[in-house]
Amino acid sequence: MQTVFSIAVDALAYGMVLFVISIGLSVTMGLMRVVNLAHGAFAMIGGYIASYAARDLGLGYAAAVIAAVVATIIIAIPLERFLYRRIYGAPELTQVLMTIGITFCVIGIANYAMGPTLKTIPLAGALQGSADLGFRTIPVHRLFVILCGLAVALALWFAIERTSFGVKLRASVDDAAMAAALGVRTEIIYAVSFAVAVGLAAFGGVVGAELLPVEPYYALRYMVTFLVVVSVGGAGSIPGALIACLLLGAIDTTGRYLMPEFGEFFFYLAVIAIICVFPRGLAGRVK
Amino acid sequence: MALVMNSENERLQHQRRFSGDLIGITAIVAIGAIGYFVFPDNLALLTRMITIALLVLSLDLVTGYCGVATLGHAALFGSGAYAAGILSAHYGINDPLLMMLAGIAAGAIAGLLSGAIILRAHGLPQLVLSIALIHLFHEFANKASSWTGGSDGLSGIAPDPIFGLFEFDLYGQTAFFFGMTLLLVVFVLLRFLVRSPFGMLCRGIRQDPLRIRAMGGSPMAALIRMYVISGAVAGVGGALNAISTQVVGLDSLSFTQSAEALVMLVLGGTGSLFGALSGTVIFMLFEDYVSAANPFHWLTMVGALLIAVVLFAPKGLFGTAAAFVRRRKEARA
Repeated sequence: MQTVFSIAVDALAYGMVLFVISIGLSVTMGLMRVVNLAHGAFAMIGGYIASYAARDLGLGYAAAVIAAVVATIIIAIPLERFLYRRIYGAPELTQVLMTIGITFCVIGIANYAMGPTLKTIPLAGALQGSADLGFRTIPVHRLFVILCGLAVALALWFAIERTSFGVKLRASVDDAAMAAALGVRTEIIYAVSFAVAVGLAAFGGVVGAELLPVEPYYALRYMVTFLVVVSVGGAGSIPGALIACLLLGAIDTTGRYLMPEFGEFFFYLAVIAIICVFPRGLAGRVK
Repeated sequence: MALVMNSENERLQHQRRFSGDLIGITAIVAIGAIGYFVFPDNLALLTRMITIALLVLSLDLVTGYCGVATLGHAALFGSGAYAAGILSAHYGINDPLLMMLAGIAAGAIAGLLSGAIILRAHGLPQLVLSIALIHLFHEFANKASSWTGGSDGLSGIAPDPIFGLFEFDLYGQTAFFFGMTLLLVVFVLLRFLVRSPFGMLCRGIRQDPLRIRAMGGSPMAALIRMYVISGAVAGVGGALNAISTQVVGLDSLSFTQSAEALVMLVLGGTGSLFGALSGTVIFMLFEDYVSAANPFHWLTMVGALLIAVVLFAPKGLFGTAAAFVRRRKEARA
């Protein structure tokens, strides 16, 4: 019972971290049709900046999170303007080549600037220790991560379903050319969504640093996981991504707890099974 | 009159193709010879280049000619390597040609398996399926350590002399010439294959699968067949790797190996055998040079090279060069 409970909490927290990081990828992929393998690199940059701000500059945890998100967006905007904008609509292979190249550069620079060691982000005092639920205790940090995931999901749902920006965004996802013809400034929509996606990636990278430790090969190690989650959920769908993250997080965590010697075998087996049954993802639409 | 011109054209085209073959073979032999005389102490690198070139050629068959995006092609390569290695290490069959055959068979079977799974989806899901597949192969080889040696690698491979005459020496001379011969044979066979009606059918599928189906072709069957052929080619590379290095590691079945192969292919240019070869040679030389010159920044340099290629030579290095030469010719004509 204790095992089941701790697996459930860890799985939920892991799934939420995956969700916060990869939802941005899902939205940009649905919107701009870019296979962005460099998304994990932005999460890593966020983690590094937060670690630098909290440990070397002595800022508090909340300030470090905000600094990480803002600084990562500032780094990402010129990348979007000068590199990504050239590969919108290019063949998939070209996009893969370009974004792998960006990932390699980021890894190399991070390795040079921050060193090859693992970086920790000191937690705020309130997030350390464990919370008593009456019948069980769980680490407060896990609880915090789960709440962050829920908050991001709700905020995104509200922004996309209830605001005028969301209406324009959905119109551009469905048919960019038609939306542009109706007066939607699609390039602004693209830039804003890209910035939000990168900001969320950085946020997830910082908040999830306890579960996905920040080191130079972070970008390469989890690149595949984020891509898999988006593909299983169906690019561009928030509920799909949420379900996919929770499902795959549960499968991966359970596999690690109960059969650690099999590594990620069951994770990838599940991925193949799901994609064979739902070739467009769990919430993918028929085009 | 029209008929005469047609046959005239055909004869010309035939001649041009034939001279293309001849130039290609000469170029491969010449580059091999240059490599042999410039790096006499580093034949292992050249042999490694040949094995990877075979992997990239095989990837070109499915990605360049059929339009299947895959990041899991090392599964075919690794299967060939492990089959050849297991034959020698566990069964004591040390004849290099038999090991090669085992590699080809295992590669073809792995190709059939991956093709059956990967071809079920398109676009991004297809890419993800191929990634999941290579990880499954990797975990499986890691788990079956009594057969594959797990993370320690499979050792104890001791190939006999080829035909009982040419022994595998310490300097890698025999392995190099064996590899060059294999590469030439595979190259010529593939030139025939991609120009055959079957090769044309595959190109047609890449451009418009719906239309091929309307014309009575079966895209799925053709693609699976191409996957099996591609597996056999990758198996040749894998077996050559096992024979020449006498060890098979888990990295031959890794995602990184697959991604590198794809990078080399796109770097050289997809849909052309020369593109696959030149991409491999350029990438591996660059990697070797940069990682020796500056081990801390080589990943950054490789990344910058990839970005530069996408920005300035979007058809790949060979593809862009070929387009440039064609434009020059047309301008002169």
